[in-house]
Amino acid sequence: MQSNAALEYDYSVAKLFTYTTILFGFLGMLIGTLIAAQLAFPELNYLLGEYGTFSRLRPLHTNIVIYGFTLSGIWATFYYSAQRVLKVSMAESKFIMFMGKFHFWLYFVGALIAVVTLLMGISQAKEYAQFEWPIDIVVVVIWVSWGIAMFGLIGIRREKALYISMWYYIACFLGIAMLYLFNNMSVPTYFASGGLGSILHSVSMYSGTNDALVQWWFGHNAVAFGFTVPIVAMIYYFLPKESGQAVYSYKLSLLSFWGLMFVYLWAGSHHVLWSTVPDWMQTMGSVFSVVLILPSWGSAINMLLTMKGEWNQLTENPLIKFMVLASTFYMLSTLEGPIQAIKSVNAIAHFTDWIPGHVHDGVLGWVVFMIMAALFHMAPRMFKREIYSKKMMEAQFWLQTTAVVLYFTSMWIAGITQGMMWRAVDEYGNLMYSFIDTVTVLHPYYAIRALAGVMYLTGFIMFAYNMFKTMTSSKELTEEPQFRSPMA
Amino acid sequence: MFHWLEKNPFFFAVGVFVVIAFAGLIEILPNFAEASRPVQGLRPYTVLELAGKEVYKKDNCIACHSQLIRPFKAETDRYGQYSLSGEYAYDRPFQWGSKRTGPDLHRVGNYRTTDWHENHMWDPTSVVPGSIMPAYKHMFTNIADLETAYAEAVTVKNIFNTPYGDDIQPGKEAWEKYKAKVLEEAKKIAADMKNQDVKDAVARGEVPEIVALIAYLNSLGDSRYAAAK
Repeated sequence: MQSNAALEYDYSVAKLFTYTTILFGFLGMLIGTLIAAQLAFPELNYLLGEYGTFSRLRPLHTNIVIYGFTLSGIWATFYYSAQRVLKVSMAESKFIMFMGKFHFWLYFVGALIAVVTLLMGISQAKEYAQFEWPIDIVVVVIWVSWGIAMFGLIGIRREKALYISMWYYIACFLGIAMLYLFNNMSVPTYFASGGLGSILHSVSMYSGTNDALVQWWFGHNAVAFGFTVPIVAMIYYFLPKESGQAVYSYKLSLLSFWGLMFVYLWAGSHHVLWSTVPDWMQTMGSVFSVVLILPSWGSAINMLLTMKGEWNQLTENPLIKFMVLASTFYMLSTLEGPIQAIKSVNAIAHFTDWIPGHVHDGVLGWVVFMIMAALFHMAPRMFKREIYSKKMMEAQFWLQTTAVVLYFTSMWIAGITQGMMWRAVDEYGNLMYSFIDTVTVLHPYYAIRALAGVMYLTGFIMFAYNMFKTMTSSKELTEEPQFRSPMA
Repeated sequence: MFHWLEKNPFFFAVGVFVVIAFAGLIEILPNFAEASRPVQGLRPYTVLELAGKEVYKKDNCIACHSQLIRPFKAETDRYGQYSLSGEYAYDRPFQWGSKRTGPDLHRVGNYRTTDWHENHMWDPTSVVPGSIMPAYKHMFTNIADLETAYAEAVTVKNIFNTPYGDDIQPGKEAWEKYKAKVLEEAKKIAADMKNQDVKDAVARGEVPEIVALIAYLNSLGDSRYAAAK
């Protein structure tokens, strides 16, 4: 069935997305570090006039890291690995190649427009779904063009059975499509009012509690299908490839995949505990969040056991270090999430800095580490040069790991401190602290978090520099490395 | 079965879709009719308040402020009666938020005044020493987009049956006629403010963002329950 002649894979689209991963990663983390510093030192709010306040920049940070950095990373790895697991080259079909390039350029232009509109304050003010309706339409076209490229490649594949990574990429595609469409249903007011006011403005099809339900069904699962599912796709491909080890258990992969698909969606309502959403739904959200530990840990343990008997690679190869640590942070984060979804814990944790703390041990420790490791693995194969510097990669690893630990520990302490202070009462049953007391007390933690941001950003700049040197001036390779990536 | 699915991408995709769509159907659909009913006596936002809500959205106040008072004594002591579902019936989109870097605002209209907001938005530390909130001085000069707010009122009236009066109608003409009412309301807010530039702008027929925002903030709380108060 398969020909033995080596296929010449075409990485032109994967390369384009690699560049934007680095660009948006830098931008998103730069803004993130700035807004973290603003909470510790409020004077920093006035650097860019009306456009530089914490409130205006925060959606810019979240959107750039989610829809800029992470999506670029997902697509860079997709256009690289899908060809390989399907045993088909992008170059074999002019149409698929066109769709891939169209996908990239529309995405890039769309991303730039999105950045400008967010800076201008054009926003639906739904968290992680700020874009107004015209951008939503562009997003849909971008998404569909990815779908066409993906199912096109699948259509002409030589390897009949889909590898595990492909399951996750398909799920990412379907999940986000469903969530994004339903959450962004809105009516443009210009057309419904006989041509009055701004053409960009729209009003949500859902109101109040319903809007909240749909929004958090979306918000939670955008994390699921954007920050979890495609990242798992990456680790299932890149860890075995880099280590030369076969995936530990096929059955565990199956259980984790279908388990994750079924359980994840239910857990969305843990974002609206103690709200006006019906009690039974809140309880469902709690229960399913706890059940979610099973499939999440299933994947993570499957990955860690893939390294069984080969743990020496951890000391020899910094790329393996990145991936194993990513998997470990995934376990931490997917244990922490369910704990916060228990109603009594949530009563303290919700609305505090523990939540951004949780998000960031997940994204900084798991998502970003995994994406950087994947790009490091791809670079020698795409650019036919060895990785520029192993030393720099080691230094980057330790710098960023320290940064993540500083970030989440400071936010854990800040969150629990504030949550306890909000409810503290004196001997007569009166509230002990005014709100501002519970803000000023956080200053040292905000300062530590800002420092962690600077460290993490520095690490990312080292990554970008290392990648740039790898692309341009590192030693050339004569043949493709089979497993371990060569590095100087 | 799984081996078969892995070789048949179409059915694989269908399978995944069914499995992930299941939870949404069961959790979200049954609640829709029930939760969208307003509490008794609740009036929708005025056009000026809607314009203020746009300012709230534009400067993304939701990044630091919630509008959801949870049913705990510590919260009701601090912010007032815990929030009810029907109070949000006219909120499109909802603005519950997910982070309180600053305090909850769901009933801020009950205990803060126009004057307080004016000072606070100009320089937060002047009324709350130690505040880390930035000043929003640009709201005193930027002009609010009243026409878009009116367009929103028309839209929700015609499409979602939000109970606005008969004078809210589509088209430029209806808006030109209605505008006087909005300005009247803005003048009342401006009368309680001290910034002369803002007063002058409102007198000219241009409403600075700060006036609309204060109208919105004042509407958060009991003033929207005509029947109750």
